[in-house]
Amino acid sequence: MTTASKRPWLLRNINAKIAAMPMIFTTLVVFVGGTAWTVIYSFTNSKLLPRWQFVGLDQYERLWSNNRWLTSVENLALFGVFSLVLTITLGFLLAVLMDQKIRFEDTFRTIMLYPFALSFIVTGLVWQWILNPQFGIQHIVRSLGWETFTFDPLYNPDIVMFGLLIAGLWQGTGFVMCIMLAGLRGIDEDIWKASRVDGIPRWKTYLFVVIPMMRPVFITVLVITTSGIIKLYDLVIAQTSGGPGTASQVPAMYVYDYMFTAQNLGQGLAASTMMLLSVLIVLIPWAYLEFGGRRNG
Amino acid sequence: MADTTTNTALSGPRGPKPRKRLSRGNIILYSTLFVVCVYYILPLWVMVMTSLKGMPEIRMGNIFAPPVDIEFQPWVKAWAEACTGLNCDGLSRGFGNSVRILIPSVILSIAVASVNGYALINWRFKGSDVFFTILIFGSFIPYQVMLYPIVILLREAGIYGTLWGLVLVHTVFGMPILTLLFRNYFSSIPEELFKAARVDGAGFWGIYFRIMLPMSLPIFVVAIILQVTGIWNDFLFGVVFTKPDLYPMTVQLNNIVNSVQGVKEYNVNMAATLLTGLVPLIVYFVSGKLFVRGIAAGAVKG
Repeated sequence: MTTASKRPWLLRNINAKIAAMPMIFTTLVVFVGGTAWTVIYSFTNSKLLPRWQFVGLDQYERLWSNNRWLTSVENLALFGVFSLVLTITLGFLLAVLMDQKIRFEDTFRTIMLYPFALSFIVTGLVWQWILNPQFGIQHIVRSLGWETFTFDPLYNPDIVMFGLLIAGLWQGTGFVMCIMLAGLRGIDEDIWKASRVDGIPRWKTYLFVVIPMMRPVFITVLVITTSGIIKLYDLVIAQTSGGPGTASQVPAMYVYDYMFTAQNLGQGLAASTMMLLSVLIVLIPWAYLEFGGRRNG
Repeated sequence: MADTTTNTALSGPRGPKPRKRLSRGNIILYSTLFVVCVYYILPLWVMVMTSLKGMPEIRMGNIFAPPVDIEFQPWVKAWAEACTGLNCDGLSRGFGNSVRILIPSVILSIAVASVNGYALINWRFKGSDVFFTILIFGSFIPYQVMLYPIVILLREAGIYGTLWGLVLVHTVFGMPILTLLFRNYFSSIPEELFKAARVDGAGFWGIYFRIMLPMSLPIFVVAIILQVTGIWNDFLFGVVFTKPDLYPMTVQLNNIVNSVQGVKEYNVNMAATLLTGLVPLIVYFVSGKLFVRGIAAGAVKG
């Protein structure tokens, strides 16, 4: 720095700057530029190709009066709430079970985490098969003698999102469990000793001491899971293709269809801007909590 | 925070071994875990069993039951004969495409991200941390927001729909998590080493290739695991940025299984699904704890 400071600032540390060109390009052009482009063009009436004709909030009005979009948002909200609550609760409970100094911990973890290595396409197709009413669970329960048993989530518009939920939980809970387990292992052993000395039952220690201490872990899991849920796409494509009818449509499908097949770019861009907005609603408070408090972290 | 949690997660349970093995609590504990594991294993079991049965047996029987007559024909058909549209050369085509996409994407994304991490730790320049922050926040932006602008960029560059277009997309979207991974790892390498090399006259690339790279092989392995599974499992980018003759395996699999024409051959479908899942599964089971380390690093991003 001392010798280099005689050079003009742009040439200082020039190799590092050249090496960082891909990163600079990615952040400025793709992430910032791309996002700005999408937001700006969502205010135009672009059809097949982007067209610079400003129409104000027209696309958004059309979007929010489109039944398919409203169904998509409702579906995602339903899926999102259940999937958040269940992955976090189940993930934590499994982590607690795994934290009881058990034998074969590695085996259990390997089994619970392997679905996370699989793609949503594979996940969706397997569960499509298991939930197939003609051959899958429904068929087996019926053949055991319960003739009226009905469990066909993928063919019933009312509960199709729960069919997706079963598959989503299978894929993702192991991951949340691993993160939670890492959090539990990060808790000081002395906390446990202290609570044992005071005669506090284990479940109470978990509930009132450990969980509050793990707040950052919970928040991280919350943010990651939420941003994953908003992107929900592959799983639906593979498992139900959005059906029956439009019963399991999600916003990401709406965006894709309007952008690339329905030739209504403006709608697609407006819908994707709404997706961005929903991520920001989660992300900004988190960033504020995480980085606002401690400046020099 | 990142390092301590990852390391403690990997070191296993601490303290003395439990004394009593068959207390009531333990029975409940292990049976709960056992039931949970059954739920997790079941789909894999069903996939394997279905793929080894003939169609008549599937129509009559129980999807959980093992096959009476083991058939390998569904696997052969899934690999070499299953049709998507007019092409009837099976999943082998998608497999080939996925490999052709995977190899350059993994190499390029890791090369770029490791250099990023190195520059961010050892050669900070004005604004470098700002770029890093944008990069991390950018990883939360839904891909749908950036899809169309990227289509335009690739079209302008003349590589829309080609292999290299998709490789660049994977490099861009792999960058946040990988840069974070390398940055965190490089920050744990003692700075004295870097300074000593500087005194000896080594430059940016010299230090990278002679010191950083050889010292960081474990983290490169973690990055490879992360990228191989991630890119192999990608569906959206494959659909958007390639043409049908270059579709990766996941896209082709979905087209085979969810095609509306023809008689559904569930055994072939399951064999195809297993074939597609095989690469990440092998990577997962072989890599063991390194995989956990990769995803844990991803989890504490930000």
